[in-house]
Amino acid sequence: MRLFGRSRDAGKKGRDAGDRGVLAFAHTAEVIRAEATLKAAGFAVRVMGPPPDMRTGCDMVIEFELMREAAVRTALKAAGLEPLAVAPARGGMLAPVSLFSAKDFGDWLMVRAANMKITVARADRRIVNISGGGCPDVPALAELLVGRTIDDAPAPLSRGQTLCAYALELAFQEARRLLGARP
Amino acid sequence: MSAPWLVCGSVPDEAFAAEADGLACGPCALDGGLLRLDGRDIPVRRGTPALLAACCAACAALGLDPPQALLAADAGRGAGSKKLYARLADAMPRLAPRGLTFHYLFPDLAGHDRVLLAALALPARPLLLADAGFMYAAKMSGQAAEYDLFTPDAGELAFLADELAPHPFYTRGFLAGADAGPEELARRAWDTGGAARTLLVKGGRDLVVVRGAAVRSIDGPDVPAMEAIGGTGDTLTGMVTALVMSGRELSEACAAAARANRILGALAAPTPATPVADLVPHVPAALRKALAG
Repeated sequence: MRLFGRSRDAGKKGRDAGDRGVLAFAHTAEVIRAEATLKAAGFAVRVMGPPPDMRTGCDMVIEFELMREAAVRTALKAAGLEPLAVAPARGGMLAPVSLFSAKDFGDWLMVRAANMKITVARADRRIVNISGGGCPDVPALAELLVGRTIDDAPAPLSRGQTLCAYALELAFQEARRLLGARP
Repeated sequence: MSAPWLVCGSVPDEAFAAEADGLACGPCALDGGLLRLDGRDIPVRRGTPALLAACCAACAALGLDPPQALLAADAGRGAGSKKLYARLADAMPRLAPRGLTFHYLFPDLAGHDRVLLAALALPARPLLLADAGFMYAAKMSGQAAEYDLFTPDAGELAFLADELAPHPFYTRGFLAGADAGPEELARRAWDTGGAARTLLVKGGRDLVVVRGAAVRSIDGPDVPAMEAIGGTGDTLTGMVTALVMSGRELSEACAAAARANRILGALAAPTPATPVADLVPHVPAALRKALAG
């Protein structure tokens, strides 16, 4: 097993939590949509684990620049999204996993992020297996992705609802990166 | 008639959700490649149907009746799991199961707590086995030690060992990296309240861990492709469930199931592209071989 130890935030400057806020939503699926919306609109946001007193289960919040709250709310409203709560960032928030590992099976490459693994055939770039995870959308995502190429398959986050889907998205993007552009 | 064993999980099928209240409950049976439950035919591709298929096949090999199942339709939004938690908590006194295996369910802390409370209130405490999403909720609840068995893989073991992580997605890097070995992580998980009394750790070398200490290591046959196949953890948990249903002591059942799951791989000779459905037919032979020593 080769461990890359590559951090998605590597090279970025540390952020001062004092100028950051968090957006909480009713459901993980809304967090996923909100993150995509805000990133597409050019906001510097990232998904984080909520502080301990806000945790209910499979959940996350979006960290953003507090000074941009009005613009963020406007962008979310235009996308039909309404946060449940907006609060200043505080201690106890956890960063998502940032370590990946890959295993070379010769004709196949397997990439793991946290508890999710994706395996791709090198010859035709088809996703042949998805394993790990425990949230109920994992079997649904596996049915959607297996058999498609890593280039043509929909990104797991476009259909996923949970943190396992988010971990699978990271493994999916890392597999794309390792396999390089389609020849 | 002895008390039933109940397997609780989900199927990601919206058509299933449209029927009745989206829950299926009752004795299950494996018929060819289909799982029969509550008047429905459920394909065995991965997830809880794969666990139940392996469990049914193992029960047949052991001469046991198959388990009962309670399945929710849930493709990730959590609504189906919420219904299951409510139904199970209400029905627990009437069902009075001797054991429960929890599987792919939305990790909802309130739902988990309600179910655990109902189980612990039974006159005879049932055996509690937890895998997948329900294991995440059980760990996050701070009541992991109430459980008899968790079945983590490497990534999930690091999560259990991280007292701050509410989900494997947030496992801190110093635990998720390659430096910490499984024995060390299992000990840390127990010491910090993140582990069940027994762990069956799935990996290149499977470990049976009791109260934080590794007691068995199973490393053969070695079929590396099994790691890539979605559902090999489900077949393992299905066989553990059947072996515990047969009355075997839990750590012995774990060791035998780990051996059987590896033999399953050797018999099926899979590649990393093999679907788990191709492994299930080999369960009876693999189990018999593992038990023969």
